[in-house]
Amino acid sequence: MYPSRFNYESPSTIDEAIALLDAGRGEAKILAGGQSLVPMLKLRFAAPETLVDINNIPGLGYHHFDEGGALHIGALCRHEDIEKSTVIAEGQPTIAAAAPLVADPIVRTRGTFVGSVCHGDPQGDWAACMIALDGFIVAQGPNGRREIPVESFVTGPFQNVLAHNEIAIEAVVPAPRGEARGAYLKLERRVGDFATAAVAVALDMSGDMVLRAGIALTGVGGTTVNAAEAADSLTGSTLDADSVSRAAELAAAAAQPRSDHRGSASYKRHIVNTFTARALSGIASSNERAA
Amino acid sequence: MTSLYEEVSVTPVDVPVRRVTITVNGQRRAADIEPRLLLAHLLRQGFGLTGTHTGCDTTNCGACTVLFDGRPVKSCTMLAVQADGHSVETVEGLASASELHPIQEGFKEEHGLQCGYCTPGMMMAAKALLEENPDPSEDEIRWALSGNLCRCTGYQNIVKAVMWAADKMRASAG
Amino acid sequence: MTIDEIKIGGMGASRRRVEDNRFIRGRGNYVDDVVLPGMLHMEILRSPLAHARIRSIDVSKAWEIPGVRLVLTGDMMATRNLAWMPTLSYDTQAVLATDKVRFQGQEVAAVIADDPYIAKDACEAIVVDYEPLPVIVNPMQAMADSAPLIRDDKENQPDNKVFDWEVGDREATERAFAEADVVSKLELHYPRSHPSPLEPCGSIADFDRSTGKLTVYMTTQAPHIIRAAVALVAELPEHMIRIISPDLGGGFGNKVPVYPGYVISILASILTERPVKWIEDKTGNLISTGFGRDVYLQGEMALRKDGRILGVRMHTISDHGAFFSDAQPSKFKIGLMHSAFACYDIPSAHLTATGMYTNKAPGGVAYRCSFRVTEAMFFQERMVQAAADDLGMDQAEFRRVNFVRDDDFPHRTAFGFLTDSGQYGKCLDVGLEAIGYEQFLKDQEEARKKGRLLGIGISTMTEPLGAGNSREYDILGIKMFDSAELRVHMTGKAILRTGAKTQGQGHETTWAQIVAHELGIPADDIVVEEGDTDTAPFGMGTYASRSTPVAGAAVAMVSRKIRAKARKIAAHLLEVSEEDVEWELGRFYVRSQPDRGVTIQDCSMAAYSNVPDGMEPGLENTAYYDPPNLTWPFACYIATVEVDPETGVWDVLRMVAVDDCGVRINPMIVEGQIMGGLTEAYAMASMQFITFDADGNCVGSNYMDYLLPTAWETPGFELHEVVTPCPHHPIGAKGIGECATVGGPAAFVNAVMDAVKHLGVRNVDMPMLPDRVHQAVTTGSDVSGMPPVRTDAP
Repeated sequence: MYPSRFNYESPSTIDEAIALLDAGRGEAKILAGGQSLVPMLKLRFAAPETLVDINNIPGLGYHHFDEGGALHIGALCRHEDIEKSTVIAEGQPTIAAAAPLVADPIVRTRGTFVGSVCHGDPQGDWAACMIALDGFIVAQGPNGRREIPVESFVTGPFQNVLAHNEIAIEAVVPAPRGEARGAYLKLERRVGDFATAAVAVALDMSGDMVLRAGIALTGVGGTTVNAAEAADSLTGSTLDADSVSRAAELAAAAAQPRSDHRGSASYKRHIVNTFTARALSGIASSNERAA
Repeated sequence: MTSLYEEVSVTPVDVPVRRVTITVNGQRRAADIEPRLLLAHLLRQGFGLTGTHTGCDTTNCGACTVLFDGRPVKSCTMLAVQADGHSVETVEGLASASELHPIQEGFKEEHGLQCGYCTPGMMMAAKALLEENPDPSEDEIRWALSGNLCRCTGYQNIVKAVMWAADKMRASAG
Repeated sequence: MTIDEIKIGGMGASRRRVEDNRFIRGRGNYVDDVVLPGMLHMEILRSPLAHARIRSIDVSKAWEIPGVRLVLTGDMMATRNLAWMPTLSYDTQAVLATDKVRFQGQEVAAVIADDPYIAKDACEAIVVDYEPLPVIVNPMQAMADSAPLIRDDKENQPDNKVFDWEVGDREATERAFAEADVVSKLELHYPRSHPSPLEPCGSIADFDRSTGKLTVYMTTQAPHIIRAAVALVAELPEHMIRIISPDLGGGFGNKVPVYPGYVISILASILTERPVKWIEDKTGNLISTGFGRDVYLQGEMALRKDGRILGVRMHTISDHGAFFSDAQPSKFKIGLMHSAFACYDIPSAHLTATGMYTNKAPGGVAYRCSFRVTEAMFFQERMVQAAADDLGMDQAEFRRVNFVRDDDFPHRTAFGFLTDSGQYGKCLDVGLEAIGYEQFLKDQEEARKKGRLLGIGISTMTEPLGAGNSREYDILGIKMFDSAELRVHMTGKAILRTGAKTQGQGHETTWAQIVAHELGIPADDIVVEEGDTDTAPFGMGTYASRSTPVAGAAVAMVSRKIRAKARKIAAHLLEVSEEDVEWELGRFYVRSQPDRGVTIQDCSMAAYSNVPDGMEPGLENTAYYDPPNLTWPFACYIATVEVDPETGVWDVLRMVAVDDCGVRINPMIVEGQIMGGLTEAYAMASMQFITFDADGNCVGSNYMDYLLPTAWETPGFELHEVVTPCPHHPIGAKGIGECATVGGPAAFVNAVMDAVKHLGVRNVDMPMLPDRVHQAVTTGSDVSGMPPVRTDAP
């Protein structure tokens, strides 16, 4: 309930923040939404020497589609900004589906999309969306910027590849090649629960043909699972009973769940299968209705 | 009133301390605090506003909900230093000098509380909801309050309380 | 003109609550809100291991932290004879561990410092060297010959057994089973659950050396029991101890036991000569304080083929954790488990009960349960459902055939209880009508043809409230009466104090309504106080339901004593003899001249200014009420659900509750109690439990793992009432606080079981997690919730 002692800095520019991280030599941590970090401080699972609070840096709260159709989400864009966003509701269905399911409505006013991805919790919903969407993180350090695909961004539970003096300043979802379709289905026993299992599906479609697919899984592995084989099985195909059930089986096979008090490993695998199938069937029927 | 965060006992020279100035319920207040101090604790122990309660360790229960720049936040999951220069509204700020807020009236009228421990956080979350959505459905109310736990009421009367308040606020808005 | 009782806030008025006025303003006075000058703060260091010998504790680094005032360990407590304390069940419990730790989360050391952050820093600096020992996570494991001995601190404790107990008629029951056409069997586990009021436990101990008086603010539902316990443990005289229970953020039984934190804070205050505040965190509360349930049942029912129950056999095995600390009547080792089946007319029954120690938090009786009545009624209704299914009989019909008849009261049950009154059939009828029973059965069949699984579950029960009469009931030898003290001031306003302790039930509102009913004084003119042992008359407190039956009766009785004296004053004022005086609400009048009368306020003024010769002035009295019997409210809960066979997720379609709690003092508050209880029932049925892994790690020690439903999951409730007054209670009330928690879970479980029984499933243990339901659906077999055991365990 009571964090251990730390120093606190509140820079007003990104460069200041980077300089502070640099000086911290690995003992400094970024504080953005704080909805993952502060609970860890309170339980003393984390005890950094310095917190670098970026909430006073202006111009980071944005989200928008650029002219090419890529979605940019700034470091201080809150979960609820995404939940309420009309442009995302229209243009990015996977993310729109996940937004109301992240934590609870109060936490969503502070927690950030980028912060959640950086936190690297295998239970994090956004990482699965980003992987399914082939997204990347834009990191900025003393030597400039670089783009890191989310797939290689998280290396283990609560570990990411950011250097100690880098800050993730935005997340980018590349423009879809065709029509963006997607879903996020999450089994939670109550609002705010960790997922027993969850599936993010993102499809780029042209008519009823899948140009590109991404499927990623929450809560069924040490990190978010990229069900690449399942996704690839849909590329260049339509969504019919066979292709859907095949993809669902492949997604379940990609899961690496552990048995715990939320459910057995085999149950979680089964949910992955069921939810993948439901997500894809749901997309197929809404396509039919639209047609 | 004893303030835990005044320097009364011997402290090591290198304890980090920051001055924060926060507008609390419309009044500017300042304090010298350690950065690790949680906002909930500054409100309760520092400023004596004990209406905001703490009920868990894991940011689940929402008993500590206050409005931060008008948005509901769990004050146990914010550092008090983050509130520097911002405005915080607690349950103590709901009533005006002469009358209760309709939300407070609604909770009493519809028996929306029993032990009262979740009530301040519940009411602040409800206030934020009604500011965004003056005519919420039952589902919308339940959804908006799903970050606030109650052990006593079973929520049904809380929903009725919020609807009572919404009706009254819409009526007086004309 | 007669006074309108509803207008003055008397019985039956949905009077808005007095306590709300401060709560809605954030001006409640909970223990953590109290600040005393010079107050220090205490944090407890807890054991990470479930069973381990303590080789050493090094507190030197903790003492070095600036702001630390005192560090306590078990050895230091032992020098003052405070390392162990007696429990409310004649066992002993460690205050701070000395030789071993016996459950994960057990208290090992305490730090008292200038603020809680520093106290926590210092706790982290304490180094404990543990030697792990084999762990026992369930009572069956505890029974094995090779099981390690958990309570090696006790003399004459050769094994891990706490008790064996039995009640009922073994021979008659065996004869019933011999005659039975069908024997229905069921085994299940009622999982460990925790009351988890939102406010955790805490105390502020303030020992004033100059006066020798100890004042303790404490989250306690039973301040007088605490005073007696503190007198015993701290060896301080009773009159120099003041326990103040201010506002409580919920209790549900969690705030009845005496916790080590209270005792340590008292010693710390004595040693530091300053007030010491201890507020536990939610983890401490969930991992170490009084939980409820954790009982295994082997149940059998002897049935005649026409549906009559001939006999019932129950064997229960209860998991008491490391110390037997249940707050329950001392004569009944497994509480009132034998109140099961009280609503059915059964000729014979036999219950055997075994209690075992395990490496888990101590307790078992602390969750809105009337001393194990939750388990009793859950087992009952699950067995009834299984029996009806085994006979191929309709669930409602089976119950109806076996109910105690309306004219058969008072009714002696097979286990020896005397139930007071009821209209069980009527309640069932109201429930079936409200849920649309016949139509639902048709809809269910249609749905099944399309692969949809609908289910309906009935739970009917009468449960004992208001323990209890002094012949049978005591805790540590203290009888379980309750009390009320009423003083009427000159102007007819009054102050009422009772030995109960409200935690959200609204006593400040409802007790005044009883006085208003008896005396005609408007409820708004009566202030109600509870919780301060210096001012309140002695009572056993409020656990979660005994107040209306016992303290409420005392309130009525003391009001009648006041009225009796007022009658004499009235006669004096009216210059007639007492026999000529009649009473109507708020007024005495002359029988032959009804226009000539005096109000109760006239009488109270006269009590201070014009009493008859020979009468003492003043208008006040005290009543201690020893209940002649328990009261027996009755309920019929019916839930309908839909189960998703693909995922095992189930949703509640409707929940109908029919409650008969006798006369209702405040209908609004009664309904609030029912809805709160139904929510707990839903929680336990769906998601809320504490379990352990094979190493004794507690899973469910924070709100990420111990799940309470939010407003989103919690279903809506449709409430109905039947009123059958209690014949032996002064105002005919029976009490309601626990009924829905007791009877509710079976309705949900029975509904889900009904949805899947055609697949061959008879039981899925609570909580019915999606995983478990899915497993049942796909395998067609039962799913047990027993915690796993290491396969390499001895």
